Amino acid sequence: MLSLEHLTKIYADGTRALADINLSVRESEIVALIGGSGCGKTTLLRLIAGLDKASAGAIRLDDETITEPHPAIGIVFQEPRLLPWLSVADNVAFGLEALSTPERKARVEHALEKIGLAEHERRWPRDLSGGQQQRVAIARAFVAHPKVLLLDEPFSALDAFTRASLHEHLLTLWEETRPTVVLVTHDVQEAVTLADRAIVMQPKPGRIFDELPLSLARPRDKTGLPFETSVRRVLTALDHSLNTPHQEQPRERDRQAAALWW
Amino acid sequence: MTGHATSNAWSSLKGAAALAAPPLAEKRRTFDGRVLLGFFLPIAVAVLWELAVRFGLAQGRLVPPPSRIFTTLLALAETGELWTHVWATLWRVLVGFVLGAAGGIVLGGLSGSAETIRRLLDPTLQALRAIPSIAWVPLFILWLGIFEASKVALIAVGVFFPVYLGIAGAILSVDRKLVEVGQVFRLSRYKLAKRILLPAVLPEALISLRSGLGLGFMFVVAAEFMGASEGLGYLLVDGQQMGKPDQILAAIIAFALLGKLADSLLVFSTRPLVRWQDVVRERL
Repeated sequence: MLSLEHLTKIYADGTRALADINLSVRESEIVALIGGSGCGKTTLLRLIAGLDKASAGAIRLDDETITEPHPAIGIVFQEPRLLPWLSVADNVAFGLEALSTPERKARVEHALEKIGLAEHERRWPRDLSGGQQQRVAIARAFVAHPKVLLLDEPFSALDAFTRASLHEHLLTLWEETRPTVVLVTHDVQEAVTLADRAIVMQPKPGRIFDELPLSLARPRDKTGLPFETSVRRVLTALDHSLNTPHQEQPRERDRQAAALWW
Repeated sequence: MTGHATSNAWSSLKGAAALAAPPLAEKRRTFDGRVLLGFFLPIAVAVLWELAVRFGLAQGRLVPPPSRIFTTLLALAETGELWTHVWATLWRVLVGFVLGAAGGIVLGGLSGSAETIRRLLDPTLQALRAIPSIAWVPLFILWLGIFEASKVALIAVGVFFPVYLGIAGAILSVDRKLVEVGQVFRLSRYKLAKRILLPAVLPEALISLRSGLGLGFMFVVAAEFMGASEGLGYLLVDGQQMGKPDQILAAIIAFALLGKLADSLLVFSTRPLVRWQDVVRERL
């Protein structure tokens, strides 16, 4: 189980990116963090990945405190971040150096098969399309068999068609090892397609606004009524989360105007 | 599962097209006849000058016609004199380049990868860089004598700075995003340097080595001007003192060929290391 306890992040310039985040994610659960820009979703993911340090609070994975990158936690970034000097297969194998060569080969081949890029294994990342590159990045994270996989808006730069096919690829890969997944997204459809639970976040400072269970049966029918209803529920929550600070803003503006008047 | 299958077919189709198309197109572009356009100007000038001298329109004593330069070059080659000079020059450049580049790589690497070392080293090196390298000549001659050592030292100094700057700069500008990939997979400092930093800096490092090599050829001339009994630079000075402009021009042509050859050799021998680069130009 992954649990975040009173997690707070304040950047050096005083920006409060996250304030008192409490969240626990069950094993094999897929959780979507959703919210407008600037609500600290990416920051939260970087903390869990151990790439940044929390200002206060703790991250625990099965009673282990996470302060630096952990072997059981993998991450897929917003960009593919493939190493341009390695072939597709070597990129996928990047985190498997500790394994024996046959084991490594088997895992990489299997993963490439799964994401449908087996015939491209000897090519360079530059020869792949954006969607293919992102698939390689996802495979790179999966082959290490992490217990927790963090996805930082990995599909946001792709067109709707590619995105839909990547959702499929992700779920087939997930079925194999069933890791815990924390997905950051600003796409409500995506959240409802993939997640068991949606966590709606709120900006300034980043905090959790609401949690919505998405207990639809898999595979999910995107045209069905339950799907539509869930999307609407998340959208409503998202709307509320964004509206609350809006009500404060006029007052803020008044104060600034008053200051100028003086 | 149908989505999976269609996306498979789609990716392989697209992949196949991408695999087949660009290399052909690129090859066709490389053999563009317009490349020959570049030869037009120098050849035209050479032919015109040759004709002007032949028909007595110009004397051609101070600016010898191409045929005479060519004859001189041939004569120097036949007596074996040219090869002695070429070898002497090449040897100096090579030793100086290896020393200077090694120093530049080591110090540039240290200064680029460790903040403390950079703060310690960089200001001094930058100050030394501001000194025109030729200004070292008298000191080098006093310290190292007038033979090979002082010449090689001058060349090494000339090569050192561009390599140092290039390597340190390349390391400092490595994409943080790629470094984070290494961190996520918990690479040690050494592994991070080997698996991410080194390949990432290679293209820039090679460019700095190339400019270092170019400077090496520049400084070998300066070094050979200050007193040498062989080398292409000596041929230049000798040509000036003996009033033989054809010999000077022959030496200049030899320099041009040699420099281009050495540069191409460097580029070709390192090309496999940077083939992965996604760049506009295939050839430079």
